[in-house]
Amino acid sequence: MANFIEETVKAAGAELALVRGGSGKPLLILHDELGYPGWMGWNEKLAQDRTLLIPQQPGYGKTPRIDWIMNYRDLGGFYAQVLREMKLEPIDVIGFSAGGYLAAEMAAADPAIFSRMVLVAPMGIKPAQGEIMDFFAVTVRRHLMATVADPANTPEYTKIYGGQMTPERFESFEDARAETARIGWEPFMHNPSLPHLLRGLKTPTLLVWGTRDGVVPRGCIDGYRAAISGAQVVEIAGAGHRPEIENAAEFDRAVRKFLAA
Amino acid sequence: MQVGYFTERPYRWLPEEEILRNRGYFAVSNSFFDREKAANDYHYYLDEYCYAEDLGFDAVALNEHHGNPFCMGSVMNVEASVLAYRTKRVRIVLIGNPLPVIKHPLRMAEELAEIDLISRGRLVTGWVRGAGSEQFFNNANPAYNREMFNEAHDFIVQAWTRPGPWRYEGKHFHYRHVNPWALPYQKPYPPMWIPGVLSPETVQWCAEHRYPYIGLGTQLGPTCDLWDYYADVAAQQGYQAGPENFGYLIPTVLAESEEKAQAIADNFVYGGGQNAFSAPQFTMPPGYNSKGAIRMLAKQQTSAWLGVSGAKITESMEEGDTGAVNYDEVRRKLRAGLQKVEQNLQVIAGTPTTVIPKIKTILSVLRPGVFIMFSIQGPVGNDDRRTSMRLFAEDVMPALKEHAKAIDLPDPFQRKPGSVKLAAGTKRGPVSDRGPLAALGLK
Repeated sequence: MANFIEETVKAAGAELALVRGGSGKPLLILHDELGYPGWMGWNEKLAQDRTLLIPQQPGYGKTPRIDWIMNYRDLGGFYAQVLREMKLEPIDVIGFSAGGYLAAEMAAADPAIFSRMVLVAPMGIKPAQGEIMDFFAVTVRRHLMATVADPANTPEYTKIYGGQMTPERFESFEDARAETARIGWEPFMHNPSLPHLLRGLKTPTLLVWGTRDGVVPRGCIDGYRAAISGAQVVEIAGAGHRPEIENAAEFDRAVRKFLAA
Repeated sequence: MQVGYFTERPYRWLPEEEILRNRGYFAVSNSFFDREKAANDYHYYLDEYCYAEDLGFDAVALNEHHGNPFCMGSVMNVEASVLAYRTKRVRIVLIGNPLPVIKHPLRMAEELAEIDLISRGRLVTGWVRGAGSEQFFNNANPAYNREMFNEAHDFIVQAWTRPGPWRYEGKHFHYRHVNPWALPYQKPYPPMWIPGVLSPETVQWCAEHRYPYIGLGTQLGPTCDLWDYYADVAAQQGYQAGPENFGYLIPTVLAESEEKAQAIADNFVYGGGQNAFSAPQFTMPPGYNSKGAIRMLAKQQTSAWLGVSGAKITESMEEGDTGAVNYDEVRRKLRAGLQKVEQNLQVIAGTPTTVIPKIKTILSVLRPGVFIMFSIQGPVGNDDRRTSMRLFAEDVMPALKEHAKAIDLPDPFQRKPGSVKLAAGTKRGPVSDRGPLAALGLK
């Protein structure tokens, strides 16, 4: 049923692990700070008419860490080189959480790189109200639990994150959090200059946010709206930080409509 | 063998329930801080260190922790400076300055140089990476902890030895003008000792630099493993490690009677003791421990320094209960845990008669050139604290020194660490003796 493969791409001086699945026009997926969780229902749906390209972030266990990358702006520069070498730009992108921060940095550096940009509960801009959750100050377990509004009733969450955490799983989450700490420690998961660098961006942008998001407050969405005039906002009522698994149908509807426009 | 006296300088006026409710010392609100009590205790602890000198200890040791009532040494160098001025003879051992946490190695070089000058060359600098909670408190990136440690150390050595002014553009530190006019009294610079728990990378770095490694109350068996690892690296470096390369610090309390000693010893687990130093999420921040270190820690399930243990890893993997706490039950478990730890010889409590053989065993097994008594924690009164010190100094220390002489335990001042050459191709000698462990049923 799930039609994806894992491959390694030689690009930008690195051996980049990549998940590729589906068929159709390429769609770049930038996973969140906890790493690629696996092929989910929402991937399968979008893969029906798009080729999903999901790079595995350097330092997360599949792609070796790249020491010269010291912040999200650097990471964006690396991925931009990859896209250029693979002749993929301009490309549509969906960035989740820190992956949204990443996508925004890439767009700010090169407005031509994305044809359409979806930012799902993005970090990267300091909210005027509220705070991005300091997920380093909680255990892995609590971090995971904070990402969905109703863990017990989110089947895909239980399938992937529920139950006993094996030492291997723990290690892979620690890898992800360690690399996130390395490049996002301070200012914490945002860059004060990003809103300024986004000014004037013409790339059609959709901001998606679950109304019960406990990790990224609504203030971050407002920040992106203020920075990118013309950005649309879709709120998914009752969902937490992972609307793509908490309400996959709504998520698919909103994203599909935007990408087809 | 050098014998030192150490105390965390605990804040003694915090109700235990506040610590238990918080599930740890770190992050208990400073709204409980009382300036009069704190001022009194800073004075008391400084006086106590002077008393240690009077009693004949070779060294007094201090450490540093931030935002934690477990230890009032938020800025250890301030206390060290006072002792540099007030004491006349003891070495002042810092265990240690948390280099990656302070993130200003040039300032560190200046502060320590002043202490060494005021003490006229009695400083022993110690470098640590800082406990997990220190990274949070000082906003030090845990993922760069080791890099910053190494870079800061290398920079300080240069700052102390290279004539200035000179410029430095490093990876984590940048100084456009390095020309400190406070340079250490000791030449080329004060000795450097490295306290540690179990991290193999730290041990390797230590052995490569020929710095004595100070084991902090770790279980005897794993400590022997660590000593072996150090000695193997030393052999690769061309020297035979010996007592001058190792030190050991252990919680120790004495009283006039066994019953009283055991009663006071309960305070080593006040509020949960070292295991409750900080909650799991603060103990091992992301990127702080290498994979190798985590796997090694996972093997050591019982209490280690500051609660860094396999049990802590397990705690951070699990849900974390939010139910109401039965404090009596918690205390009962803590006391049972303490008994176990006493059997492991990781806490020593008793009268001189019962304490001497236990520490002699430790000395026989680990063969350290430095032994440091870690004084009682918790809300213990001045008299009981001082009695413990006095009994140790008057009745225990002479026996230990005699034993150390008998089994030949030179300290780092008697024999320079790294000075015993090992001819290429020869097998190194042992650095510990596990024999007594088996006899005691320990691992």
